[in-house]
Amino acid sequence: MSLFDWFANRRKAEPTQQVQPERDISDGLWTKCDSCGVLTYTKDLRANQMVCLECNHHLRIFSDQRIEQLIDAGTWQPLNDDVRPTDPLEFRDRRVYKDYLKATQSKTGLTDSVRTGLGNIEGEPVALGVMDFRFMGGSMGSVVGERLTRLIERATAERLPVFIACASGGARMQEGMLSLMQMAKISGALERHRAQRLLYVPVLTHPTTGGVTASFAMLGDLIIAEPNAMIAFAGRRVIEQTLREKLPDDFQTAEYLVQHGFVDAIVPRTQMKKTLAQLVRLHRLPASVGNQGATSGAPIPNGAAINGMLNGNGFVPESSQHHEVSGARPGLEDAEISTQLPR
Amino acid sequence: MSNSGSLGLLARRYQTIVFALLQRGALRDRKVIFPMTSSPRRPFLLEFEKPLVELQTRINQIEELAEESEVDVTPQLEQLETRYSQLRQEIFTNLSPAQRIQVARHPKRPSTLDYIQTISDEWIELHGDRGGSDDLALIGGIARIGDQSCVMLGHQKGRDTKDNVARNFGMASPGGYRKAMRLMEHANRFNMPIFTFIDTPGAYPGVKGEELGQGEAIAYNLREMFSLEVPIICTVIGEGGSGGALGIGVGDRLMMFEHSVYTVASPEACAAILWKDAGKASQAAEALKITAPDLKRLGILDQILPEPTGGAHTDPLATAETLKNALLSNLEALRQLTTQELRDQRYQKFRSIGVFLES
Repeated sequence: MSLFDWFANRRKAEPTQQVQPERDISDGLWTKCDSCGVLTYTKDLRANQMVCLECNHHLRIFSDQRIEQLIDAGTWQPLNDDVRPTDPLEFRDRRVYKDYLKATQSKTGLTDSVRTGLGNIEGEPVALGVMDFRFMGGSMGSVVGERLTRLIERATAERLPVFIACASGGARMQEGMLSLMQMAKISGALERHRAQRLLYVPVLTHPTTGGVTASFAMLGDLIIAEPNAMIAFAGRRVIEQTLREKLPDDFQTAEYLVQHGFVDAIVPRTQMKKTLAQLVRLHRLPASVGNQGATSGAPIPNGAAINGMLNGNGFVPESSQHHEVSGARPGLEDAEISTQLPR
Repeated sequence: MSNSGSLGLLARRYQTIVFALLQRGALRDRKVIFPMTSSPRRPFLLEFEKPLVELQTRINQIEELAEESEVDVTPQLEQLETRYSQLRQEIFTNLSPAQRIQVARHPKRPSTLDYIQTISDEWIELHGDRGGSDDLALIGGIARIGDQSCVMLGHQKGRDTKDNVARNFGMASPGGYRKAMRLMEHANRFNMPIFTFIDTPGAYPGVKGEELGQGEAIAYNLREMFSLEVPIICTVIGEGGSGGALGIGVGDRLMMFEHSVYTVASPEACAAILWKDAGKASQAAEALKITAPDLKRLGILDQILPEPTGGAHTDPLATAETLKNALLSNLEALRQLTTQELRDQRYQKFRSIGVFLES
């Protein structure tokens, strides 16, 4: 940071500090948006899947809410919850990893940073993995590797599409090289799934970084991201320190990745379930359309809303050719669409 | 002196990069001693080699004295020489993980090209990812050993500052991983085995790398290397840095030189994150279990290749011979398998890595 930047930032920082402290309500009845600061009645916010009604900011949600939002009620069948982490390296930094694990488990009620299972999305059976950032920053250790590998293997055997909602800081250092090797293990399982011509779509949520980005997050047949999610291989700080230069504001956002061709579409959370279901239906092999069509719960949406949304992010080739994606803008377009739809 | 002038220019031009790397600790442990003060045989000395230098100086002094005074000191000299080799043996068999990193990053350590040129009878380097770039930090080509054609590729660090800048200190960019994949697919088409050599501090962390999809490039390699139908043997010859190493590290066999290290994150980065103090790097190196024997115990590594006492750089030719023999004997074993068996074993090899509880 140059001296000028420092002064510029200082000037910017001062007034906001004075405004902030007044709104701090912690009883959970109201929730403050991290982005615009507007208070919303939590029930309303939940009904809108934790997307701010004012500014369309996607508040962070965790695995239980994500599963609830994506999977049809009563169809979730968790897998391999009994695969639990241990401490193979007897690792200790400032604290002992074993104790840290126990503390995190009792605090979050989770056993590790991913949940896997089978369930239906609008009546379509799928295999779903959901990472949870609460558990040690969603870091990937042996358990994440094993649960996801088993999930993918199960999906390969049962010929199911796989979706993985990613949210991770990367490999879990406390398990050393075992963590790194999980990247290869999961990728290997995906190779077998792919060889069977089955669909795999990662859903990138804020944040998806490091070893997860360098493995299953980028291996989708199609890759979908939530608006404004940070998606990176090397973190912003590392790059800033290495190169000593300021990075653009939208660097490593989902929109940035769309521009550079690494993400197929940005889908707002309120449209996520519909879109995933639509993708499953579109990819069903022609031979099996006839007998499986009846099982789908909802008719294939053909509303202008969905098409408009996908066009906006360059999902449909013919219209994307002359549609310039404008970086920070697609989120807004989606906001208008999502308000038109019944909730 | 025109030489020092151009050096100064170079230094100024790249000082930000080098400085940044120093900050990150990538070069911190490269204890390069300028100018050479001791014998020219050991120009680059590491911190823990100091006792050896002291002993060597004493030997030299005694030799000089003996010449002047014409006293017979042969027995004393012999004693000191034995002590010297004993001490060296002692130091190098008891290296701490942090010290091993220093050996693994030694500026004179043989590089990928050194090994390839030594062990192959023919070698043609090939360039380009066919997507607009050719990365000099990850090189590859076709080689012949005896009557065996093969594809060899690996990270390439530079020999000096200028070379290192050109090769980006062995930190490959997305183009490098895509070039590697192209060469591996070529090997697959022509039924040539693949030998990869790993020696990188990590994949390049930079704006360009992110823009071109560093994560995607590595991820793609991880998956596609499982689909190849020819034997793949990976060897960590220096440092194996995280995803940047794994990007060419999915194979049927993983070998490591005795003093090589393979890490999930550089100890400096790990210390900065977990200890909130980059100075705790040696503790992090200890805790992360990065040495060859540790990785063997964890079931990640298949074979440890011995190095001459003092490290690979003290006898590069002998080290290359060790590598060549190991490659050929492993290849012989892998050639006995059918394609299906080969792929299944590769899958199972990685499938079984990981430690967890299950009730």
